Amino acid sequence: MSMTIALEAFLTLPRGLLLTLVLTFASLAAGFAVSVPLAFLRASSNPWASAPVLAYTYAFRGTPLLVQLFLIYYGIGQLPLVRQSFLWAVMREPFWCAFIAFTLNSAAHTTEVLRGGIQAVPRGQIEAAKALGLSRFHTARLIVFPLTLRIALPAYANEVVGMLKASSLASTITLLEVTGLARQLVSETFAPYEVFIAAGAFYLLLTLLITQGFQMLETRWTPTANRPPPAQPVPRRANGKPPLASAET
Amino acid sequence: MYAFVDQFLSGLKNTLLVFALSCAFGTLLGLLIAVLRNSTRKSVSSCMRAYTGIIRGVPELLIILLTYFGGTALLSAITGGYIEINAFAAGVAALTVVFSGYAAEIFRGAINAVAPGQREAAAALGLSNAQIWFLIIIPQMIPIALPAFCNLCISLIKDTSLISVVGLTDVMRVAYIGAGSLRAPLPFYLAASAIYLALTSLSLLSFRLLERRYSLPAMKG
Repeated sequence: MSMTIALEAFLTLPRGLLLTLVLTFASLAAGFAVSVPLAFLRASSNPWASAPVLAYTYAFRGTPLLVQLFLIYYGIGQLPLVRQSFLWAVMREPFWCAFIAFTLNSAAHTTEVLRGGIQAVPRGQIEAAKALGLSRFHTARLIVFPLTLRIALPAYANEVVGMLKASSLASTITLLEVTGLARQLVSETFAPYEVFIAAGAFYLLLTLLITQGFQMLETRWTPTANRPPPAQPVPRRANGKPPLASAET
Repeated sequence: MYAFVDQFLSGLKNTLLVFALSCAFGTLLGLLIAVLRNSTRKSVSSCMRAYTGIIRGVPELLIILLTYFGGTALLSAITGGYIEINAFAAGVAALTVVFSGYAAEIFRGAINAVAPGQREAAAALGLSNAQIWFLIIIPQMIPIALPAFCNLCISLIKDTSLISVVGLTDVMRVAYIGAGSLRAPLPFYLAASAIYLALTSLSLLSFRLLERRYSLPAMKG
């Protein structure tokens, strides 16, 4: 272990953090926006609505993200149709290819996560909304969607962490995010331990922040009635020991 | 393109071999970690907790890169000469570590879901510690752990494609080479997607059968 190389890695790698975060959160945001309508279609009882969405989520969840990324970066760019159109300006940039691949992948996962949440919303809630005279759109927007978010939150937290880690694949198409910078630095210094462990530490820090954030959100969104009662302070005796159970009763 | 069928087949063999080996080793390691996490010794259980936390918080690709390049550096340092660890060994080692981290959490949840009375009853009957684990707890945690374990196996199949980055000739690598040499990336990557989709569908199907076979009588509908 060379401390100078480790220090250099800790100073260099943050330059890739911005790209890692932009890729992760832009793809997550776009994926979420796409997946909300898809999840409602997927949860519908009409097979004409749910089957095409199922085909999409099945294909994107059943193949490796690396293949999807290469398919879009190397494959789509080969089509003359794309090369000659305005799309080429977008599709020749590795950033946009990564963004498109990650978004499509994340949307497929998020759709299934939200579908699970939608189907877990108690029927009584929907019937109550219908009895109150809410339209189907209003029921979905005011009743089903907020409840779905609450139910699907832990699963969605996993998807966010998964996307952060998946963003490391962008390094395979020449993007210099944290992993890309680390690979570059290793090829310059031949010190894999120092550099890759430093990169791992940055990812670990980010995943910890994300899981902490979702845990806070989860406690906030739990209805007050379901919350566990706040911990009662244990009364202490004068000598500092907690009271004996037998002495209490 | 047709000339690449043989290459795809040998790539498929490598993909399946890496999957089978890292799944088997990862399951054993994961089980060991899950058992140690239940240890009454605080230092052991918190070490295992840190292990799963770190493994699950770091990208798989980074672990593969660290094992491959770090493994070479380590072996060279030990022997004094330059020894390169091959991509296959590095890939299996890295994926075993990744798999064990996730599997340990699944197994831990399943172990905790086995009623504590079972363990107490077994202890009361005079069973040894090893007997309690192998005869009472592990058989009962299988149906509980199976659905999550199956999902994990399917993501492992997809994760094997990452080893192509360090040069193992698996399905993904064959597609990459073919796409480059024939200058036709689209058909090659579509073929690779189809192979992976077939693999994940096949495993999904077989796991469904397995789940039905191992479900507890009370869980059967």
